[in-house]
Amino acid sequence: MSTAIKDTQKMIEEVLDAYPEKSKKERAKHLAANDPSGQCSTCQVKSNVKSRPGVMTVRGCAYAGAKGVVWGPVKDQITVSHGPIGCGQYSWWSRRNYYNGQTGIDTFGTMHITTDFQEKNIVYGGDKGLDGALHELKELFPLAKGIGILSECPVGLIGDDIEAVSKRVAKEFNYPIVPVRCEGFRGVSQSLGHHIANDTIKDYVLGKGTLDTSTPYDVALIGDYNIGGDAWASRKILEEMGLRVISQYTGDATINEIAIATKAKLNLIHCYRSMNYICRHMEEEYGIPWMEFNFFGPTKTYDSIRKIAAKFDEKIQEKAETVIAKYKPVMDEIIGQFRPKLEGKKVMLYVGGLRPRHTIGAYEDLGMEVVASGYEFGHNDDYKRTYPEMKEGAVIMDDATLYELEEFTRRLKPDMVGSGIKEKYSYHKLGVPFRQMHSWDYSGPYHGFDGFPVFARDMDMTVNSPTWDLIRRKK
Amino acid sequence: MRQIAIYGKGGIGKSTTTQNLVAALAEAGRKCMIIGCDPKADSTRLILNRKMQNTVMDMAREKGTVEDLDLDEVLLTGFKGIRCAESGGPEPGVGCAGRGVITAINFLEENGAYGDDTEFVFYDVLGDVVCGGFAMPIREGKAKEIYIVTSGEMMAMYAANNISRGVLKYAQSGGVRLGGLICNSRQTDMEYDLISELASKLGTQMIHFVPRDNEVQRAELRRKTVIEYAPDHPQADQYRELARKIADNKNFVIPTPITMDELEKLLMDYGIMEKEEEAAA
Repeated sequence: MSTAIKDTQKMIEEVLDAYPEKSKKERAKHLAANDPSGQCSTCQVKSNVKSRPGVMTVRGCAYAGAKGVVWGPVKDQITVSHGPIGCGQYSWWSRRNYYNGQTGIDTFGTMHITTDFQEKNIVYGGDKGLDGALHELKELFPLAKGIGILSECPVGLIGDDIEAVSKRVAKEFNYPIVPVRCEGFRGVSQSLGHHIANDTIKDYVLGKGTLDTSTPYDVALIGDYNIGGDAWASRKILEEMGLRVISQYTGDATINEIAIATKAKLNLIHCYRSMNYICRHMEEEYGIPWMEFNFFGPTKTYDSIRKIAAKFDEKIQEKAETVIAKYKPVMDEIIGQFRPKLEGKKVMLYVGGLRPRHTIGAYEDLGMEVVASGYEFGHNDDYKRTYPEMKEGAVIMDDATLYELEEFTRRLKPDMVGSGIKEKYSYHKLGVPFRQMHSWDYSGPYHGFDGFPVFARDMDMTVNSPTWDLIRRKK
Repeated sequence: MRQIAIYGKGGIGKSTTTQNLVAALAEAGRKCMIIGCDPKADSTRLILNRKMQNTVMDMAREKGTVEDLDLDEVLLTGFKGIRCAESGGPEPGVGCAGRGVITAINFLEENGAYGDDTEFVFYDVLGDVVCGGFAMPIREGKAKEIYIVTSGEMMAMYAANNISRGVLKYAQSGGVRLGGLICNSRQTDMEYDLISELASKLGTQMIHFVPRDNEVQRAELRRKTVIEYAPDHPQADQYRELARKIADNKNFVIPTPITMDELEKLLMDYGIMEKEEEAAA
């Protein structure tokens, strides 16, 4: 075992020392020193298990995963939060999933619809109210192409038969009405919500559409939620390569795009964690191959472009090289501009989905090093993909607590921390440069060639802002 | 004011027994109230001589919320001044009846339904203690006394034991106590001795053995208690006796529920259930 790994393990032990014995034992399994080779048996973290009570986890719930992440961004479907007001209110468009369209006319992304449960709905059931809500929506928004019913906890407790309502009304409206059983008490994090949402895509929408023309270059862009316009930046590259993106979901997606998605020749998946389920299903059921790619930072982007092109003929491969040749000078200029200011700076990440590993390359392009990274709701397969991306002895965290994050920050002294809104203000108080890396801190896009200049500028703005020197830092 | 909850297996005769004994108490001049905690809303039919039309939850649904209700819309007076309310709730298979019980009891309490001069409040609760909602009458210091209606039938005894477990749970966190078993006879073998023994195993008493009599059914068909329909019938005296024993009861215990094996042994000891080897032979 190398000294780098030993040193990190010692530091982790010190941090854990503050915990009571039982918590220490359990949390120790979720924190590790990185071993890129994957040989060291004590360097594997445990994941996707219930959080310990009292540790102030920042995880969400199944509803958050199904509504906030997967179904919410579908733009011409109306998403109904079925239950009391809070869940809908606090998940109201918080992820900035951009879309084109006339909101309230043919698209409904930023709208907040809920059945607003009262006491009587609990006692007598909410199905009649839901039926009424669906009919009101049909009358108010005749151009909607579907309705999703996202269950909040009480719906599962009282056994509301939302499937029966959906089935009956879908026949009447002649479009998909999707009952999603994503009650928040199911599963250990938002991760199960992604899975449940994937299953409903499969059962209610996927494969039900027709596509008139077909080309050998038809691909689907999956698991990009178009945060700050990310999917648009990714799609642009694929199209410039000569590929035809027949379906892009769920960022800026339409119900029809998802319905015809099974016509793709290759599925390109951005967020593996939240949508690998649908890719695996299409592989088994329709024989469609799928591959992961990474459009964060030029190095990973060039690499991904070539790997994607390799799945097609020479025509695409040539075009891929043309695309790289076209953008490389622009990217080199950005690196030339920002790298000198960011060289050697240390980054700590604690986010969700794919960012803890996918953004590492983009930081490295700017000369920055990710010294610690972690997932809120990752699984074993996410960590397996992360170990090789990070240096030996880097800290790997699973379902980290605010205490652990603060302690690692004090010890590792990162020049920047990238995490979520729950961590943001405590880092501001610590005087540590911080970026909210769930929705790009109201910026973006960060994907592709359009995104990298924004990413580089934002990281520079964060790390080198004179503001941080004006804050009295806690020693 | 004594608040009393009556539990027991579904169909055992909780509502009939409760109404007859309350009628007997009222006849003796005591101020009583019955709160039905069952969506079927049939806990007050024999006192009001008709089915209660306006239950708390049904009225709340009609008006929007429970806050829009007036007490006199859901509180009616029947035989000998007995005050009656029903929680109401959903039809079978939808919603949450338990939540309805919680909401209804809170409403009645907050709005002073119990009054100052009430001596006895009886909660007639649906079947088993299936969830938190149906335990509402014995939570938060409401009913302090429980009586379980049972018979010599295996499943009724099983339910009685199960309810004792619920009582045990709330006895530890609150002040609720078991006052006794009421045996509503089904004329099974050695019923009197069996239930007396079960009561002693549970650490309590069989407070009264109500014999089976068709007069009860004849009265029910006329939407009346035996006390009102046939006050001179011997069965009316049985309920008067039960009422007197409950009014005078001082024997309140934390129950000691038994295991399934012990329950089966009890049935074997009384020759109700054959031993396995005998059954096989």
